[in-house]
Amino acid sequence: MSNEKEREPLFSAKNLKLLREPLGENNPITVQVLGICSALAVTVKLKPSVVMAISVVVVLAVSNVIVSIFRKSVPPRIRIIFQLVVIAMMVILVDQVLKAFAFEVSKQLSVFVGLIITNCIIMGRLEAFALANKPWESFLDGIGNAAGYGLILIIVGFFREFLGSGTIFGWPVMEKIGIYNIGYENNGFMILPPMALITVGIIIWIQRSRNRDLVDKS
Amino acid sequence: MKQFSNRYIFIFATAMVAIVALILSTAALLLQPLQEKNAEVEKKRNILASVGVEATEDNAETLYDQYITGSFALDNESSRLDDVDAFTVDLRKEQRKPLEEQVFPVFVASLDDGTTSYIMPLEGKGLWGPIYGYISLNEDLRTINGVTFDHKSETPGLGAEINESWFEGQFIDKLLFEDGEFVSITVQKGGADEGDPHAVDAISGGTITSKALEAMLYDCLVNYVEFLKTNSE
Repeated sequence: MSNEKEREPLFSAKNLKLLREPLGENNPITVQVLGICSALAVTVKLKPSVVMAISVVVVLAVSNVIVSIFRKSVPPRIRIIFQLVVIAMMVILVDQVLKAFAFEVSKQLSVFVGLIITNCIIMGRLEAFALANKPWESFLDGIGNAAGYGLILIIVGFFREFLGSGTIFGWPVMEKIGIYNIGYENNGFMILPPMALITVGIIIWIQRSRNRDLVDKS
Repeated sequence: MKQFSNRYIFIFATAMVAIVALILSTAALLLQPLQEKNAEVEKKRNILASVGVEATEDNAETLYDQYITGSFALDNESSRLDDVDAFTVDLRKEQRKPLEEQVFPVFVASLDDGTTSYIMPLEGKGLWGPIYGYISLNEDLRTINGVTFDHKSETPGLGAEINESWFEGQFIDKLLFEDGEFVSITVQKGGADEGDPHAVDAISGGTITSKALEAMLYDCLVNYVEFLKTNSE
């Protein structure tokens, strides 16, 4: 390109929007309804939710950057394979690192780390964004989308752990405030996957009732 | 759109695979010692838990050396094998072998109250995946000192309760033998009779896991019966 336009500041309004939008009005879980499977599976407790969120941030941000760097040299015919290889590599790296440095958590997440590979959000962002944008924008987009995913995970994890086990990060809140003495019981249903779906549903409901633009017109 | 030749695509794909393979194998090699260490610490914590010693990731090694004073392996005729290190025996792999070739590890613990306890590993099939644990017997080799169970993927709140202390606690002081015959422990649906020394309560809603656990106890311990009989006082 001969007449390259002036360099954009790193955190221009447009770039910030890439970070902010997926947290709210374009959230991958509540608006695009992607990545639901893992959102249901890992949110029984807060700790695995947080670790899963961080893992997805790392995987998505780095994969986005790698794919974006190679976006001009990847032959379109094998671009999906290329994306899958990049994601799979990142996921295996994250899994290995967790096994080495956070063994307890990796035991709890077990197969779900491996299943990040099949998380639709990641493939979706690589295909829709990273292949057509520069590395820095792709990096922000990756962070934004993964954070949007992680945010929902943590909210759901919080309610499920709090109501289902009466603890927060394993700390027995309900016991400390003595609520069991007046006949309160943990809701065992919150621990099971269906309640995660209902919790996500309630979040979607609240979000749409506050932001009418998200409601389908039909 | 830019056109890529087949030659380019082949070279690109080959280079991609080679680079990724290089990165992954390097990472695996570098992290392997740490991962193996973690698995070992986890095993030591589980063994200690079966004799009621709560170890953390940091003090598991020290406590293990302090409490576990010996270990040996038996063959299926209950004679000791001197050339096998009990700690490195992988029970899951053993169970796939024919019975004559299997080895059965025993760990010996010296407890704070001066008594000796014998610890045996357990391994079985749960509802969704493997269940496993350790059982420790008192010096008489009849009474259970303690148990610890864990599982890979049992249903949370139902079968997964097997690693909760209310369930594990029931096994303490139960008897494996009745009139000198091995009877194992029954996991009783609907609740064990009060004072029954050979039964514990099953988990409501976790019937299949409870039954699997009962089978695991029997199948694993039956191999030790000769050893338990001949060595008890």
